[in-house]
Amino acid sequence: MKKISRTENLYGKLFIAPQLIGMALFVILPLCFALYLSFCDWNLFGSPKWVGFENFRLVFGFDGDVFFKSIKNTVVFMAGIVPLTMVFSLSLAILANRELRFLNFYKSALFMPMITSSVAIAMVWYWLFAPNLGLINYMLELCGITGIGWLTDPKWSKLAVILMTVWQKTGYYFIIFLAGLKGISRTYYEAAQLDGASSWQQFTHITLPQISPVTFFVFVMLVIDVFNMFGEAYVLTRGGPVYSTYTLMMYIYNEGMHYFNLGKASVASIVLILLAGSISAMQFYLSGKWVNYEK
Amino acid sequence: MKNKSEKAKRILSSAILMFASLGMLFPFFWMVKTALMPNKATLTYPPKLIEWPIVFDNFIKVFTSTGLSRAVLNSLFIAVVSTAGVLFFTSLAAYAFAKIRFRRSGFYFGMIFATMLIPSQILLIPMYVLFAKIGWVDTYLPLIVPQVMINGYGVFLIRQFMVGIPDSYIEAAKLDGLGHFGIYWRIMLPLSKPPLITLGVFTFIGNWNNFFGALIYLDSEEKFTLPLLMNIFRSQYTVEWGTLMAGATITVLPLIVIYLFAQKSFIEGIAMTGVKG
Repeated sequence: MKKISRTENLYGKLFIAPQLIGMALFVILPLCFALYLSFCDWNLFGSPKWVGFENFRLVFGFDGDVFFKSIKNTVVFMAGIVPLTMVFSLSLAILANRELRFLNFYKSALFMPMITSSVAIAMVWYWLFAPNLGLINYMLELCGITGIGWLTDPKWSKLAVILMTVWQKTGYYFIIFLAGLKGISRTYYEAAQLDGASSWQQFTHITLPQISPVTFFVFVMLVIDVFNMFGEAYVLTRGGPVYSTYTLMMYIYNEGMHYFNLGKASVASIVLILLAGSISAMQFYLSGKWVNYEK
Repeated sequence: MKNKSEKAKRILSSAILMFASLGMLFPFFWMVKTALMPNKATLTYPPKLIEWPIVFDNFIKVFTSTGLSRAVLNSLFIAVVSTAGVLFFTSLAAYAFAKIRFRRSGFYFGMIFATMLIPSQILLIPMYVLFAKIGWVDTYLPLIVPQVMINGYGVFLIRQFMVGIPDSYIEAAKLDGLGHFGIYWRIMLPLSKPPLITLGVFTFIGNWNNFFGALIYLDSEEKFTLPLLMNIFRSQYTVEWGTLMAGATITVLPLIVIYLFAQKSFIEGIAMTGVKG
């Protein structure tokens, strides 16, 4: 190995210095501070007062209702958004994985929801879901279904958020799945066809195992997306009615920025990190069993 | 026989994809259609697919009697400054990680990469406190500075590309008397256009759409960005559907234009993240 020259060493460090300073100031420092705050009672004025595990008790016990509701909602969103988005995006990618005339148009069209502002788009859905004049209820009425209060009835509000989110995310994962499918060698399919394998057999024996690393990536990303859900749901429903679409991020936002219970908000943030972290870790652990990494 | 079934499959696939594509685009069509209707007409039932005549009243209204034109400028300012800053600082660090040999570079790269795994929203409360202490609340600085100073995704994306640039370019530049910054500025940057475009478009769109950050840090109305203003619109003009949709159209339009121009590199960049991930 060549000796590292002094100027190289200096310039290298100089060029990465902004990123290192940024990491210290905007990641490590706040992370430690969040940990500290979760044991303190503080409303941004005066100085933080150490209260031990009081905040944890408050979050889990005293007003645990809202907190647990938000976790429960997050689980429901996950159960709806993750499988639906995966099924739609993978199916469309499989259909698009051949020579097609308007492929570029399909790609652009499917991807469009992803680039548009979540707030503006949530407003468009707010209009589509409108109870009396909205297009969705009008179309349902044509099929004989009337009076669904998408945004006013806690029974339907979650489904409204799920539908909007699936619409918004499908195109992005469609592109990722399509790239994965393109990476599968044609020869596998040709060999299978010679052996008389049906389309379904080809799908389960070639396609699924071959793209399992991509599927895994999509799965992890979607779970993280759901944990961080805020903007769309907030603009569409404001977390209501009666907290039926309240997410963990909304809890953190309201506790921290409206009531200035910084300790409680920090506790909720830490719970969010732990939940997201342990789910990701579990996914990585389980992935050993079904993800097919080959070099 | 085989050709025939292949052809049938192709037609069926096209039909389904076309249906899905139009379904995806439909909300946009409905948005623009509603924006071009008089507010009163939106309250008639049943809704019509095409409305005639179209009027521009809603657009005139949002530009003249709301803070929209100001919010457009504010959003544009934040997005442009952030994008320029992110591109400069990430590519500088990426060059160092890709081509300069310095002590513990692998360790630092790993650390910066790992910051990507921390959901940024978790840092929200402590960051807010930090920025409140140094008087940055209700300025654009908290929305711009952190992403410029630490951007694991950007450093990673550009570094991966720069590693592939042959060292001979650098050797030649050194013989010509260029220093490290000269090599970065005159050689590496022009050669790294593809990842810079991908990152630039991503950053611009992300900042243009940034709702959460703006909601937390901005208080005074003249500093509001487009997503914040849209959020206010939703409460203010509850059933003035035409007005709401005109605002949404203005917010979405620049993104669609950028997207159509940068489409190819953008989609390729995303496809790459999936395959690598």
